[in-house]
Amino acid sequence: MPPILKVEDLAVHFPTRGGLLGGRRSLKAVDGVDLDLKPGECLGLVGESGCGKSTLALTILGLQAPTRGHITLDGHKVGAGMDRMERARIAQMVFQDPYSSLNPRQTVRASLTAPLRLHGVTNRGEIDDRVTGMLRQVGLRPDQAERYPHEFSGGQRQRIGIARALILQPKIVVLDEPVSALDVSIRAQIINLLLELKERLGLSYLMISHDLGVVEHMSDRVAVMYLGRIVETGPWEAIFTQPRHPYTRGLIAAIPDPFRRSPAIKISGEIPNPLDPPSGCSFHPRCPFCRDICRAPSVPVLEDVGEDHAVRCRRHAELPPP
Amino acid sequence: MSSAPLLEVENLRIDLAVGGNRFAAVENVSFSIGRGETYGLVGESGCGKSITALGLIGLLRPPLSFGGGTIRFDGREIQNLPPAAMRAMRGKRIAMIFQEPMTALNPVSPVGRQIAEMFVLHEGVSWREAERRAVEALASVRVPAPERRVKDYPHQLSGGMRQRVMIAIALACNPDLLLADEPTTALDVTVQAEILDLIRDLSAAKGTAVLMISHDLGLIANMCRRVGVMYAGRIVEERVAEEVFRAPSHPYTSGLVASLPLLGARSRQGRHRLKEISGVVPPVTAFPEGCRFNPRCQRATDICRVNDPAITPLRNGGVRCHHHE
Amino acid sequence: MRFRANLVIGGALFATVVIAGLLAPWLAHTDPVLDADLMYAEEPPGSAYWFGTDAQGRDIYSRVLYGARISLTVGIVSQLINTVIGVCLGLSAGYWGGWWDDVVNGLTNLMLAIPSLVFALAIMAILSPGLTSLLIALGLTNWSFTCRLARAATLSLKSQGYVQAAKVLGYGDLRIMATQLLPNMLGPIIVIGTLGMGSAILAEAALSFLGLGIRPPFPSWGSMLSDARDQITTAPWISIFPGLAIFATVLGLNLLGDGLRDILDPQARSRRA
Repeated sequence: MPPILKVEDLAVHFPTRGGLLGGRRSLKAVDGVDLDLKPGECLGLVGESGCGKSTLALTILGLQAPTRGHITLDGHKVGAGMDRMERARIAQMVFQDPYSSLNPRQTVRASLTAPLRLHGVTNRGEIDDRVTGMLRQVGLRPDQAERYPHEFSGGQRQRIGIARALILQPKIVVLDEPVSALDVSIRAQIINLLLELKERLGLSYLMISHDLGVVEHMSDRVAVMYLGRIVETGPWEAIFTQPRHPYTRGLIAAIPDPFRRSPAIKISGEIPNPLDPPSGCSFHPRCPFCRDICRAPSVPVLEDVGEDHAVRCRRHAELPPP
Repeated sequence: MSSAPLLEVENLRIDLAVGGNRFAAVENVSFSIGRGETYGLVGESGCGKSITALGLIGLLRPPLSFGGGTIRFDGREIQNLPPAAMRAMRGKRIAMIFQEPMTALNPVSPVGRQIAEMFVLHEGVSWREAERRAVEALASVRVPAPERRVKDYPHQLSGGMRQRVMIAIALACNPDLLLADEPTTALDVTVQAEILDLIRDLSAAKGTAVLMISHDLGLIANMCRRVGVMYAGRIVEERVAEEVFRAPSHPYTSGLVASLPLLGARSRQGRHRLKEISGVVPPVTAFPEGCRFNPRCQRATDICRVNDPAITPLRNGGVRCHHHE
Repeated sequence: MRFRANLVIGGALFATVVIAGLLAPWLAHTDPVLDADLMYAEEPPGSAYWFGTDAQGRDIYSRVLYGARISLTVGIVSQLINTVIGVCLGLSAGYWGGWWDDVVNGLTNLMLAIPSLVFALAIMAILSPGLTSLLIALGLTNWSFTCRLARAATLSLKSQGYVQAAKVLGYGDLRIMATQLLPNMLGPIIVIGTLGMGSAILAEAALSFLGLGIRPPFPSWGSMLSDARDQITTAPWISIFPGLAIFATVLGLNLLGDGLRDILDPQARSRRA
């Protein structure tokens, strides 16, 4: 099956002002990312702050212009001949913060009706039916449609945000940290809802999250990003049980284990300044397995290690098993 | 070392004033922390865990106020200490770190000076001596090149480095108790792991007791020996950390544990639908009658809607439920 | 809801002025311009002339009532022009940024650097005195605060999730500004507008006082004050009553603005909910 979303060699560079004599440097937020999202799949995109995962998502949705590369949405190449309306009907987004993602001056009905009208649905009966049906799908009562966002709890607001993302019947939904701003006891409701909707409506998800527990639970495949590049990608079992890249291993080991006291492998230090990334493998200054070969210039390639699993590490074959 | 606990909190009550009415945001909260022990308070936003910590060191500000109970620190009741005595105690014997260190650090003062200030203030040493010790303090929280970093201003540091500075300030005078309120929530996971290690190592080395506050049950279980689970202003269950996950007793705790997508669960057991806890966390102004969890509880019966359960002692802890397991 | 003294008092003062202006033909005792009677010039306040009479023997009570019409027209119309200019410039500058933002910022700084009254004076000196010129002069010179406010609000609002969501849903820029940004900054804009009406009324008074506003014999509070200059010691009531009217109106508008600020703040609203 052809991918519903294809990202090829995508780069987003932000020019920054250097000193008087420094000239212009650019911040490479996303630097050559290739990604495939298959129909009906949930692809988890993980990485720490500044790794470029949010910029990547915004670029896919057209909120950020790419510096180079191609995005193909449902067979249509973005750019030539694809306007923002068409893109809106294919790809939508669910936001992290349910408090800032809803317009406080619009009722739930208004925020669901306006996009339909904008996209040419003018029949009142059809609009009402679709709004009512969508509210039911996300577990809200149709009589709640006349209320304003502040009358809802965080979990209900997130349901409204999901309804708004789905009202145009998109095929792809980008989930940006969909539960991390919610109370812990509410998260399961939203995670279950998202998984049900994916099955029922045949959606494909690109999910950004730093919560590896959520990513493991929801994803079919996982891509790990570090400093603007994908360093490992593969099926969820491979990533969580046989991680190859030292960074992936470190991320998983860093999650506090409720049954054991101390983490196993530690990644030391912090993410380097993305304006001045390290030479060679950009992870080498923090890597516990770093050797001279890792510092040598040219970025290591994303090497296929079989079964849809790829890793960007020169020493992956020599590393001890996790 | 005496056998009496370092901190004993009994029936702590903290009031929230809303439009002329008083609501108990925290009520009947009792727990104790031994010398050198790391005790965890876990709960969702609004459960009262953070204001409990503020209440311990007299930092409640309107609309919050101390509403009753006793706080015994090192054998002495401190809930009614005059402000000057409380100030002298804060920083020297009880220190606190917060979620966002940027708001707790002074943006116009170099971090070294802010650490040195603690030595001058609480130990009366000279500024020169204090500045020298500030470098040592930064080194002890594993800040690289501390002799250069002391001159940095908070905005020049990353979030992880700022939290290290906060810890250096907090532990400067070797306090007996460190209150850590969501110290790693704003940080990336790899940085979080390092900060947690740091807190663990320093508290072990210096014998500092820690009150660790977080919404992350896994983190609390990993860091603490004993855990108090808070819900709607109460401690509903107090247990040894491992048992909170293995054999939770209160329906809220067991519901929470079953609702978490724990790392590794899918690899071990395949994907199950997560158990949901219905309803929402009640606001302080609308805590339910009877047991405060009853509207969301699957085990609730008539008695739960009327009678507020007392604490039932369990092995290594207690639970506040009529139908506990 | 809590009793809001500033809102109630401000609203009552402003409503009184509006009613006085609207009902002036019925409430007034005499025609404000034509009924001059030199026999009764500079009469002190009494049962026949409630506020006394001026040097031409005109009833000050009637003239103050009619003066409300001019002051309100100037206040409302000129501030409306200011608000439209300020919102359009500030919103578009904040949203689009870039060179347009630099241009608008430069213009705003220029307006702020020159006192608006001096600016209005210059415009009035070019145009011929009269109500229309006054509205143009005051309407073009007092938008910089609204513009700054709209720009700042846009900068903080445009990163909000719902604005991003609107973009993802395919909304165009103008639609986003009109439906997502504008409604969410309306509260403070109305507050600034209310306060601006007060200053426009003061500016009208000042310009008329200087002889560059409403020309005599038409009764504007400012021109009445200007006329009363010479009698301020001998017949103080001629200046006191129009002065009081200006004071009450501007105070009313300021209290109203403060009261509206409390109500229109959406966060304050959701806190109460």
